[in-house]
Amino acid sequence: MAVSGTQNSLPFTVEFKESLFKIPEGENIQACLQCACCSGVCPFGFAMDFPPGRMIAWMRAGILDEMLESDSVWMCVSCYACTEVCPKEIPITLALMTRAKEEALLAGNVPAELQSALEFSQQYSNPLGESSRKRAAWTEELDFEIPVMRKAKRPVDVLWFVGDYASYHPRVKNVTIAFATLLNILGIDFGILGPDEHSDGDSQRLAGERGLFEMLAEKNAKIISRCEFSEIITTDPHAYNAFKNEYPKLGFDFPVRHYTEFLVDHLDNITPLFKKNGKAKVAYHDPCYLGRVNKIYDAPRQLIQAIPGLELIEMAHNKSTSLCCGGGGGGMWLDGFRWEKSESRLSEWRVKEAAAVKADILAVACPYEPPRFEDAVKAITGAEELQVKDIVELIVDAIGN
Amino acid sequence: MTQDIFLLIEHIQGQVSDISYIMAAAARELAKHEGGNVIGILFGSSSEGLKDSLAVDKVIYCDHPALTEFTSDAYKRTLISLLEEYSPRAILFGNTTLGAGVSSSLSSHLKFPVINSCIKVSDSGSIISQICGGKIMVECQLGDKTTVITVNPGGYKPEEGQSGSSPETINFSAPDLENLKVQLTQYIEPEAGDVDISQEKILIAIGRGIQTEDNIELADELAKLLGGAVCASRPVIDQGWLSSSRLVGKSGKKVKPDLYLCLGISGATEHIEAITDSKTIIAVNSDPDAPIFDIAQYGIEVDLFDFIDPLLEQIENAKND
Amino acid sequence: MTEIVVIARLVPDLVEELEIAPNGTALDLAWLRLIINEFDNHAIEQAIILKERSGATVTIISPEAEGVEDMLFTTAAKGADRLIKLTGVGEEKPTNLSMAQTLAEMIKEINPDLVLNGVQAHDDITGDLAPQLADLLDMPYVGYISGVSLGDGKATAFKEYPGGVLAEIEIALPAVLGIQSSEEPPRYVAISKVRQMMNTASIEDRDAGVLETEGGVIIDRMYLPEAADRAEMLEGDEEEVASKLTAILQDLGLL
Repeated sequence: MAVSGTQNSLPFTVEFKESLFKIPEGENIQACLQCACCSGVCPFGFAMDFPPGRMIAWMRAGILDEMLESDSVWMCVSCYACTEVCPKEIPITLALMTRAKEEALLAGNVPAELQSALEFSQQYSNPLGESSRKRAAWTEELDFEIPVMRKAKRPVDVLWFVGDYASYHPRVKNVTIAFATLLNILGIDFGILGPDEHSDGDSQRLAGERGLFEMLAEKNAKIISRCEFSEIITTDPHAYNAFKNEYPKLGFDFPVRHYTEFLVDHLDNITPLFKKNGKAKVAYHDPCYLGRVNKIYDAPRQLIQAIPGLELIEMAHNKSTSLCCGGGGGGMWLDGFRWEKSESRLSEWRVKEAAAVKADILAVACPYEPPRFEDAVKAITGAEELQVKDIVELIVDAIGN
Repeated sequence: MTQDIFLLIEHIQGQVSDISYIMAAAARELAKHEGGNVIGILFGSSSEGLKDSLAVDKVIYCDHPALTEFTSDAYKRTLISLLEEYSPRAILFGNTTLGAGVSSSLSSHLKFPVINSCIKVSDSGSIISQICGGKIMVECQLGDKTTVITVNPGGYKPEEGQSGSSPETINFSAPDLENLKVQLTQYIEPEAGDVDISQEKILIAIGRGIQTEDNIELADELAKLLGGAVCASRPVIDQGWLSSSRLVGKSGKKVKPDLYLCLGISGATEHIEAITDSKTIIAVNSDPDAPIFDIAQYGIEVDLFDFIDPLLEQIENAKND
Repeated sequence: MTEIVVIARLVPDLVEELEIAPNGTALDLAWLRLIINEFDNHAIEQAIILKERSGATVTIISPEAEGVEDMLFTTAAKGADRLIKLTGVGEEKPTNLSMAQTLAEMIKEINPDLVLNGVQAHDDITGDLAPQLADLLDMPYVGYISGVSLGDGKATAFKEYPGGVLAEIEIALPAVLGIQSSEEPPRYVAISKVRQMMNTASIEDRDAGVLETEGGVIIDRMYLPEAADRAEMLEGDEEEVASKLTAILQDLGLL
């Protein structure tokens, strides 16, 4: 029996359809041609009971209730590949897939791993279940101080929103420390929120927990409004997406840039610092939420090309066709589930592509990616020598600190 | 009130539990300070023989069919009746499925002060307890009245509470045990045909840190390579990822392997108390403050998933050499 | 209609560091973060399962603490019918006997068939709450329960024993059960549903009355355990550590 998320007494399918129209351009769904481009391009479409196209067909037939009993919606990685190819410009990811996950969640249909991540996000403001008080513990590894806004009580030029994995995950912390080091070298006046920073909540939103996202956004907005700064920069495309596209819908408007855009502005100051660097072929992986969703393709490439010795090469899928690493849409917390359903890992597919173009380095710009791709490297024969590095790490390595 | 220390002997299906001997050891220590005797309380039906090898001075034995196996109502009534006749300095119970409930019920009924989770008696005769998952220690003094104390393993070994001689029996008549509100219908044994982890020499234990059911195959591979078996702490079993016969802990099995290699286990007290007889404990956990590192011989603070593949490879190579 | 009461408490979150208060005999509240007692969470889930299975009215009673309203609204979102918050609890932790005495008065008014509570709470030093409550209510108590079904005037429950053994127990109702684990893991409830409850459900405040914080036992001190005899940590990256561990296994004769 389908359990409706609202107190409406309409049949589920009707109510679901109507809710889609409330999302900007959601009504385009009425123009669906059933061309199946979405289901075809979906990296996990083959493992879904209800890939996007079929979901729309059943919705039209008024029998979508069955979808609530299926757990296949959790295969969606929210990568926007479907949205990108839809000839009728239906916002499939944002409207259809995310709404479907919201309904599944309300019906109590949520895999256990995801459940913990969501509960941790609520209790600890991060999905990893780490103490929120220790969010800035990584700064102890630096030999310079970073102002934490609450204590510093002064304006800064740049407010750096660090992010969950960047704060706590042992591998991703290296990227965070590299970026802090770079900002310090460049003499940028920056500060962080430290323990007052809450998860941006964007992946939790895409995993169907809109209420949790709003709660976290409210908390972040409250803290940030008390700070004085010219702009927010972030090393996390998901946080970037949240601040740029979702927070304004809640009335929270802050200027934000991704670190790649920021650093491109400072290239004139960075380039003189580069020392002689070894030669390497670098394949750049466009993260879904930087590339396809927010159309930032060039800034990261500019940075790589500025580093001496590095030759930028492209993989078979790139820019708007880039392959998702599998971390989105709650994917960081659904690996076991997705492996069991599909017996494949998107990160491994991507690593194979990098190996196929004989890349020495797979360059990334999103905190989900270093651990995911490094795990995949271990599993793919022919990729054993492949290094995974965030662009920041490449820059700092070339400066030779 | 006398200066004697009483303890409730626990037995299940004819076996005296280890906690009974541990309590005997604790009681002996306490008795040294209080100056009295250590007296075991034994309830059962034709079970007097169970008192043997307990290092107590005497045993008060109550025989009644309704006391054959532990049930909370029958035991509570009998204890209340017994404590109308005897007034010890303190009475020890196991912090177990048998002792925990009945000790608190008794303390409430007779308005006796109660101390939880005692692991040992200090040199000065005070009670040392461990709470908050092992993170906090509490030192207490006995109250003015008979004090109820629940005991956890961890401070004394069962051997310390055993003796060669058989203590003298004092018989006690059961009170009215009609119309009991709690009845034991049957015991249900776990699924047969599965591995008995309490007999395994090499155990790979997985905890919450394993994160997903899928990752259990990593532990399986390791177990296979080393010729051991996989077991788990509570969170893994609660998820239904392994059968309850694989549970190591207070409610599961006590194990005594040569090697206990635990992955992603934090070391909650309920788990630790079941592994203290392991010869070598090696713990892998990315949290440097995990209590497991306090009892492991070797500790590895890495991300479990980055570590397993190199480990499997190295072990494979070492075996082939 | 079956009446079920669940006592749910918040306990110190062990993810955070625990500090001792300046007086040396209690936890430092400034450092404390609270989280629902996991066993109480199971008790709530078990009550809701019983309600879904055969109909019941579920009342949750919780002593006030930071975050207790959110916790109560979450139980409402799961299906709890009535929410009661005990006020006037004070900062110092009351003894479980005293808490049980207050709860017993309230519960007698409700006159339930079943009272569920987590079998233990990790910060309890003054005995366990549920058996003391049972005694004051003159109800039978069985603890370490991992499954319950209700019959006519009695409940059948499964009590956990070591070694994975279960005992099937029959208990006359009304009774108090100490829950170890619910039949299904505690469900997830979307925050939007909890927020909805904040607008539609209400929490009744009931004065806890006078609560004792001393229980006839003198707490000399609380302290952090010494980090004595810690494990020998193997240093290095994953490869190095794997290699060291392999060597240890070889030395132990296990390969």
